[in-house]
Amino acid sequence: MKKKVLSALTGIVLFVLIAACGQTPEAETKAKTAHSSAETPAGKIAEPVYGDTIVVGSIGDASNLIPLLASDSPSHQIAGYIYNGLVRYDKNLKLEGELAESWEISADGLTITFHLRRDVHWHDGSPFTADDVLFTYRTIIDPKTPTAYAGDFEQVKEARVLDPYTFQVTYAVPFAPALSSWGLAILPKHLLEGQDITKSPLSRQPVGTGPFCFSQWLGGEKIELVANHDYFEGRPYIDRYRYRIIPDTATMFLELKAGNLDWMGLTPIQYDRQTDGKKFAEQFNKYRYLSFSYTYLGYNLLNPLFQDKRVRQALSYAINKQEIIDGVLLGYGQVATGPYKPDTWFYHVPEKTYLYDPEKAKKLLQDAGWTDRDNDGLLDKDGRPFSFTLMTNQGNALRAQAAVIIQRRLQEIGIEMKIRIIEWSAFINEFIDKKKFEAVILGWTTGQDPDIYDIWHSSKTDAKELNFISFTNPEVDLLLEKGRHTFDQQERQQYYARFQEILAEEQPYTFLYVPESLPIIASRFHGVEPAPAGISHNFIKWHVPQALQKYTQ
Amino acid sequence: MIVFIGKRIALMVPMLVGITMISFLVMNLAPGEPIDLLTNLNPKATAEVRERLRIHYGLDKPLPIRYVNWLKRVVRLDLGTSFAQDNRPVWDKIRERIPITLTINALSLLLIIIAALPIGIFSAVRQHSLWDRLLTIFVFLGFATPTFWLALLLMILFGVHLGWLPISGLQSPHAADAGFWIVFIDRARHLLLPVLVSAFGGLAGLSRYMRSNMLEVIRQDYITTARAKGLKESVVIGKHALRNALMPIITILGFSLPGLIGGSVIFETIFAIPGMGQMFYGAVMARDYPLIMGTLVIGAVLTLVGNLLADISYALVDPRIRVGHHE
Repeated sequence: MKKKVLSALTGIVLFVLIAACGQTPEAETKAKTAHSSAETPAGKIAEPVYGDTIVVGSIGDASNLIPLLASDSPSHQIAGYIYNGLVRYDKNLKLEGELAESWEISADGLTITFHLRRDVHWHDGSPFTADDVLFTYRTIIDPKTPTAYAGDFEQVKEARVLDPYTFQVTYAVPFAPALSSWGLAILPKHLLEGQDITKSPLSRQPVGTGPFCFSQWLGGEKIELVANHDYFEGRPYIDRYRYRIIPDTATMFLELKAGNLDWMGLTPIQYDRQTDGKKFAEQFNKYRYLSFSYTYLGYNLLNPLFQDKRVRQALSYAINKQEIIDGVLLGYGQVATGPYKPDTWFYHVPEKTYLYDPEKAKKLLQDAGWTDRDNDGLLDKDGRPFSFTLMTNQGNALRAQAAVIIQRRLQEIGIEMKIRIIEWSAFINEFIDKKKFEAVILGWTTGQDPDIYDIWHSSKTDAKELNFISFTNPEVDLLLEKGRHTFDQQERQQYYARFQEILAEEQPYTFLYVPESLPIIASRFHGVEPAPAGISHNFIKWHVPQALQKYTQ
Repeated sequence: MIVFIGKRIALMVPMLVGITMISFLVMNLAPGEPIDLLTNLNPKATAEVRERLRIHYGLDKPLPIRYVNWLKRVVRLDLGTSFAQDNRPVWDKIRERIPITLTINALSLLLIIIAALPIGIFSAVRQHSLWDRLLTIFVFLGFATPTFWLALLLMILFGVHLGWLPISGLQSPHAADAGFWIVFIDRARHLLLPVLVSAFGGLAGLSRYMRSNMLEVIRQDYITTARAKGLKESVVIGKHALRNALMPIITILGFSLPGLIGGSVIFETIFAIPGMGQMFYGAVMARDYPLIMGTLVIGAVLTLVGNLLADISYALVDPRIRVGHHE
């Protein structure tokens, strides 16, 4: 019965959306040659054709398809296909226009004027205009909107519609991350105005401007999208995107093995050991690229144990990061040297990189006054042995394993490290927010903009703020301030290079590793193009040759 | 009898209030808040943003006021709105997921009864025989086997290698708009493994219980009398003994009523079944207070109703229980 109601509902939605998303019934019968890899005559690249469905596996369900109201990655992943922003990052992580054709930044860096595309329509057929942008901005700063993303937009002094296709924002001070903040999903004013956004049906049946239109959502089961035939960058070749929710990774992998999934992210062990057979090689392609995150060992700098920079440097020398990458990630990662992803324009290799060197570590510790005076195998100073507790969150096996490897290396140079693993909420609320920790293993997701003021500026060390290790350095403060207040990329690069040098010298964190994303995709999908931005940047260009199409409409 | 039932029902109200009060308190004692998922370690979430969200969810009010507000709504049969980012009414979310969990658990309970009773009876009648031992090993194997492990083995065998059964989920995409029978068969194929797996684990308890009841009953004097009268063994066991041995089992079934709703986090997760267990676990991890409370209230009501039914059935069978209160 539930199913009937749902299909009736989707029937209505599809009817409303028919203007843009009507599926012209393609009657061609598609010969299904199961998984043959010899689909094209040798050397000849097939002309892309439309059709087929891609089935993607995900651990979690989306929560809300109005992206302002959601903070989970499934929601944003799905919404990313449905909505557009004014700007976006291209495959090489450079900003380019999406709904905005071009933009100008005033000489004083305070005003940004966006010129919008004129050929964009919402999925229900209404034209997209600057009013939608203004409406989205007003919604996000409205105190009644429960959103976690208002921060960037509170810096805006004034937002104006100059004409239906020109939108202008003015800031009180020049704010470099401003431009990228306009990558947020623009919402349809005509469907949301005057309503309580938290109760809007768009939460479950979104209407956007993007390459795919919403089709169906069965809670906890799947979400389906269909290609937008009127998409302003051209109709996607793949007709249907099916997002299946499978909360268990082992089950998901079995579904992949059985051919019921086309795309999932693999764990290192699945990537390395469990997908290397001949059958896998024929049916799937594997990709690897650096993910937008890094894992670190952070020290509580208020703790006397870690206040001496030489001690922190010694710990960094004593930890073999490559060993962690080999042991925990099976080699699918890179040593992190600082808070930035190695293939970005703001990444800088610092002079000091901490290659594994226990002798140097011992020497530094000795200089700092730590020696084994009572011969119990542990270093001590002023009668206190070098012993501390490292905490990390439950549910991340990689972090726990890294902790064990670190523990052994530290023991070898006479440091005792205990490990405590705590449930996420309790960990953050009871220990991180109250600064009741000695050292932690955590990770940060890195953005495409280098501004990380909130994590490293000394004004962000209060309770519940992100500089919970209490790092303070006047030069870093100045660099971060300068970096966020200029739009000149070269100038910014210099500030952030110097910033990375200081972090390398100070070692407030021991930067551990940048893991790799390890997606696997059914080999019938052609046109996949790995780039610094990942693989989904050209998703609308992916296609399946006629002979390989598996799902007919 | 009516007085007895009336009293029992009147007693349920303070008990329910007590349960919800304790649940509410314990839930709020746990560190963490619903807004943590949105704001923890999120550079875009400033202190103002956090405060705004707390006000939105009513978390700025003191605990007793929040409880009273919640209670007022529940009396009007309104379980409130979920704190999850979908902002949906709790009742809608529960209603969406209850049928599937109910179906699986009811089917598995049915399977357990169908299998456990004969196993128990057989084992009792042939106590210490080879069959008794083999069956004992079998049910305890089920009891001891981790659900996730068994599920994965079956999935690999029937899903990947043989390709007979779907691996996870509830329905195939192609069966969605097909005729009734195709949908029915598709559903049945999807439900087979989860029901088997969850039943296998529950087999031991009930069958052992049945066995010991039966053993007790067949040693009673009236059974000896019945045998002495020359009745056929099948009549003695199947009619006289079984009827009395089943009595406590009926009570146990009363207690298993809330279990039907509770669902199982493990098999719902492994088989990707969008049921109550999965949702409740998620609600606890996200500190989604209204959804947790909503599920708990429904569970509590069912437990109390189950107890009531058990008591009534006892009272019907044995009048001493009814008059017991007056002594």
